[in-house]
Amino acid sequence: MQLQYFLLAAAALFCIGVYGLVTSRNAVRVLMSIELMLNAVNLNLMAFSNYLDPAVIRGQVFTVFVISIAAAEAAVGLAILLSIYRNRNTVDMEQFNLLKW
Amino acid sequence: MNLAEGVQLVSFIILTVMMLGAALAVVLSPNIVYSAFLLGGVFSAMAGLYLLLNASFVAAAQILVYVGAINVLILFAIMLVNKREDFAPVKYAWTRKIVTAAVCGGLFLLLGTTIITTPWAIDSTAAAGDEAIYILGEHFFTDFLLPFELVSVLLLMALIGAIVLARRDIIPDSSNVVGQDDLKLPEKPRELVSAGADGESS
Repeated sequence: MQLQYFLLAAAALFCIGVYGLVTSRNAVRVLMSIELMLNAVNLNLMAFSNYLDPAVIRGQVFTVFVISIAAAEAAVGLAILLSIYRNRNTVDMEQFNLLKW
Repeated sequence: MNLAEGVQLVSFIILTVMMLGAALAVVLSPNIVYSAFLLGGVFSAMAGLYLLLNASFVAAAQILVYVGAINVLILFAIMLVNKREDFAPVKYAWTRKIVTAAVCGGLFLLLGTTIITTPWAIDSTAAAGDEAIYILGEHFFTDFLLPFELVSVLLLMALIGAIVLARRDIIPDSSNVVGQDDLKLPEKPRELVSAGADGESS
C-alpha cells in the first residue's frame, strides 16, 4: 500500500466533483458535487496524516474540522436552495441569474 | 507481499472502484433520487478507506455526519423541491460538457504526474492506531483549541442561518409591534388550497 494510490483516488474523485459542479443543471446535484470535492480533500488529508505524519496525526484534526464545516455548508446551502425555489419555482441553475445582469 | 498487505490492497481496490463508480453515477445519473442514494455509497466507501488509513474515529464520524446527517438532509431537500420539470434546452450545452470533461481530464493528468514524480518523505514510524482518539483529544484542547471553539460557534451560526433562510417571509405589518411577540418569529401562513382547485393539490 502506497501513499500515491490514495492520492490518485482522491484526485480522480476531485475531478469528478469539478465536472459535476460545472455541468449540472439541478441545484441539488451541484451541492452533492461540492460534497464530493470536500470528501476528496478529506481523503488527501487522511493519507498525508497516515503516511507522512503518523505519530502526531494533524491531518485527522483537519479532517474533523472539514467534516463539521461541510455539515454547516450543506445546511446553509440547502436552506438557500429552498428559499430560491420558493421565489423562482425552479431548481434549474440556468434560471438563477438574479445577480448576472 | 505478505497476507495482510494483500488483503489491504484488495480491499483498497474494491473500495476505490465502489467510490469512483458511485461518484460517477452521482454526477451522471438522470434521476436525482438515485444520485442522493449513491452519494451515501460514496460516503460509506470513504469511511472504509479511512479504516484502511488507521483512523477509526474519523471513519465513525464520517458515517455519522455524512451518511446520517448530510445525506438525509439532501434527501429531504430533494423531497421538498422535486418538481419533475424538464429543463429547457440550452444552446451549445454539449460544448460545455466536452470542454469541462477536457479540463477535468487535464487536471487529473496534472495532479497524477505531480503525485507520481514527487519524492514523498514517507515517515515509517508506527501509526497511532487506536491511540489516535486520545491524540485527537489532546490536539483539540491544546494547540487547536481556538479553531475548535470557532467551529462550535460556526455550527450555531449555520443552524440559526438555515432556519432564518428556509422559513417563509415575515408578515410586514408585525415588524414594528413592541410587546410579547418580540421573541417569536412571525411567519406568513401557508396559502390555503381552495376546495375547487383540484389540479396540483390532489
